[in-house]
Amino acid sequence: MENKLVISPSPHIHGGDSIQKNMYSVLIALLPTSLISLYYFGLGALIVTVVSITSCVTVEYLIQKFLMKKEPTIRDGSAILTGVLLAFNLPSNLPVWIIIIGALAAIGIGKMSFGGLGKNIFNPALAGRVFLLISFPAQMTTWPVPEPASMHYTDGQTGATVLSLINEGVHDLPSYTDMLTGNMGGSLGEASAIALLLGFVYLLVRKTITWHIPVAVIGAVALFTGIMHGIDPYSYVNPFIHLLSGGLLLGAIFMATDYTTSPMSKTGMLVYGAGIGILTTIIRLFGSYPEGVSFAILIMNAFTPLINNYIKPKHFGGK
Amino acid sequence: MLRTFRIGGIHPPESKLSAGKKINRADIPKQVIIPLAQHIGAPAQAVVKKGDAVKTGTLIGKAAGFVSANIHSSVSGKVTKIDQALDASGYKHPAVFIDVEGDEWEESIDRNGNLIKECLLPPKEIINKITEAGIVGMGGATFPTQVKLTPPPGNNKAELLIINAAECEPYLTSDHSLMMEKGEEITAGISILMKAVDVTRAVIGIENNKPDAIARFNSLVKGYAGIEVMPLKSRYPQGGEKQLIDAVVRRQVKSGSLPVSVGAVVQNTGTAFAVYEAVQKNKPLIERVVTVTGKNMSNPSNLLVRIGTPIRNLIDAAGGLPENTGKIIGGGPMMGKALISPDIPVAKGSSGILILSCEEAIHKPMYDCIRCAKCVNVCPMGLNPTLLMSATDFQDWELAEKNHIVDCIECGSCSYTCPANRVLLDYIRLGKGKVMGMIRARKS
Repeated sequence: MENKLVISPSPHIHGGDSIQKNMYSVLIALLPTSLISLYYFGLGALIVTVVSITSCVTVEYLIQKFLMKKEPTIRDGSAILTGVLLAFNLPSNLPVWIIIIGALAAIGIGKMSFGGLGKNIFNPALAGRVFLLISFPAQMTTWPVPEPASMHYTDGQTGATVLSLINEGVHDLPSYTDMLTGNMGGSLGEASAIALLLGFVYLLVRKTITWHIPVAVIGAVALFTGIMHGIDPYSYVNPFIHLLSGGLLLGAIFMATDYTTSPMSKTGMLVYGAGIGILTTIIRLFGSYPEGVSFAILIMNAFTPLINNYIKPKHFGGK
Repeated sequence: MLRTFRIGGIHPPESKLSAGKKINRADIPKQVIIPLAQHIGAPAQAVVKKGDAVKTGTLIGKAAGFVSANIHSSVSGKVTKIDQALDASGYKHPAVFIDVEGDEWEESIDRNGNLIKECLLPPKEIINKITEAGIVGMGGATFPTQVKLTPPPGNNKAELLIINAAECEPYLTSDHSLMMEKGEEITAGISILMKAVDVTRAVIGIENNKPDAIARFNSLVKGYAGIEVMPLKSRYPQGGEKQLIDAVVRRQVKSGSLPVSVGAVVQNTGTAFAVYEAVQKNKPLIERVVTVTGKNMSNPSNLLVRIGTPIRNLIDAAGGLPENTGKIIGGGPMMGKALISPDIPVAKGSSGILILSCEEAIHKPMYDCIRCAKCVNVCPMGLNPTLLMSATDFQDWELAEKNHIVDCIECGSCSYTCPANRVLLDYIRLGKGKVMGMIRARKS
């Protein structure tokens, strides 16, 4: 038995953290938002979420098994997470075949073509979403009107989102209560601020993410839109509407914080988050698209390697 | 708010199974194997030969150079051979083998247990006695103590002595048990060390997971001027020299600098005890407290052990080697070394023996880095471990050096934390050695 001793370098114990645990912890954090979307968008939300998850996981499995010829790692939960996040970025009346194309773009192009988890440059779910937005602009911007326990899928009544109303210069917006609880048009996950913030708190408690990126994104948007509102309150709505509407909270908490595509140092995270906030505001206020969170995150994803290269963690004993 | 170091750190389960257990004297073995290289620096030169009779405390190896340490016999008996013997490094190095006969001590050693508080010797004499006694850093680094006490050339002057009583490694309780039982001697040793480095202030840094030791020392230091106790928030690696200084005085020792550059000298509690015994009792460093522990050990213990005792004897004293032993570690689970055999002898730096089961010894499969930055967050030196691992993997030594690979203290917090089970420290250690070699070559 003595010749069976394991010899390996220190450390000899491990904290027990795993990729799986982190992925599932984000999934748990997304649960409240998922429930809200099911409540307001009913059957449509259910179909979109299930189809998105199933196709993302299937695409990853098939690519790993038959193209990369290696043991599929779908059990790590990252494909499920991409599926949920993709669904949260889609309207609840999107036809099944478009969702499948979205999953192909997200996992196939956004993730696996770079080598899989940890190697991709862009957030896969957002890559899929933007691919669909450009390919199917009409379907991707027809938003069903929220209706508790709705049994509609593609046949429901449609309406505008808060941001598209603002973009068209309409001043009659939903109330703050509706925005906080998610009673407004939009994609599945753009619903309730309260549910999203609940998820944020959970992620912080579980130490899955740190506060830096979300706070920087939200802070930058609040500051920028606040200044614009201060200069011209008639043309620019107040910052609270910007924070509560569209995909800002979803993006700041769950998409911008994607491990692989965000910077590693604390300062780098703040710079990256602020960049997302500023770009989002520019697109929302001055661009032709009503919403800019997806584009802003993807653009800052591209800057992440550069940020990592120039902004290093604070070195012990350094200046 | 309790203080701790300001960058990174982790808090692994403490698993101090042997906490609160009295120190037991381990039996003297039939044969001891005393390595001549138990410290950082040049190995000692043997001054005995086969057939020589030695007493407990007899000098058997003389320090060879400035950074080296004397070695003494820990038993009385006959030298059977001077030969290569396996040590904790996994390699064979010269050692003195002694067959034990009785336990007859050198007459110069005062074996009376009376506490002697007062030390009237001048600093130079104190350092001489410490050199004679072969004392090294007892926390595990085994750096010869007299070198740390000798003021380095330059303008830096020590202002403060910091006593490292953090014992931040999980499982280990040797310092803790020594503090509870030999507190008076340790405090007297601290006052001797203060005199040796000519400072008027000493701070004992104790983690708050040892409230009994904090209370004990709070009452003990009342009898001494200038010694204070500072409870610290439990956090690994608080016992790292630079981390402890940062925690206690809020100053960060720069890369490549000595602690004295911020006015601090750090000594371990075990070292303070050894210094007391050397200076007041003329006793060389021939025994130490070793924690023998593990979840499957029937009787985790703190043992007072003669240097050179095979660790197998200690494992037997703590209940015997369990059936499904997978790993024997010399030291703690974070920085200890996996030993290749239970016949390796206890050395001056052996703070513990940890037995892990086969299940505990398994390393889970490693996955690709997901760039979660958890290793960056926990690194107490503010490095980017995953970057340093890639740099080593690609043999990009310039990148590794630029990102301060030589500052790694090898605490293992990165590997401990990694959700992808990446062996970050294994790579970084390799790259660090390579880059240090290149820097040395460039200088010469």
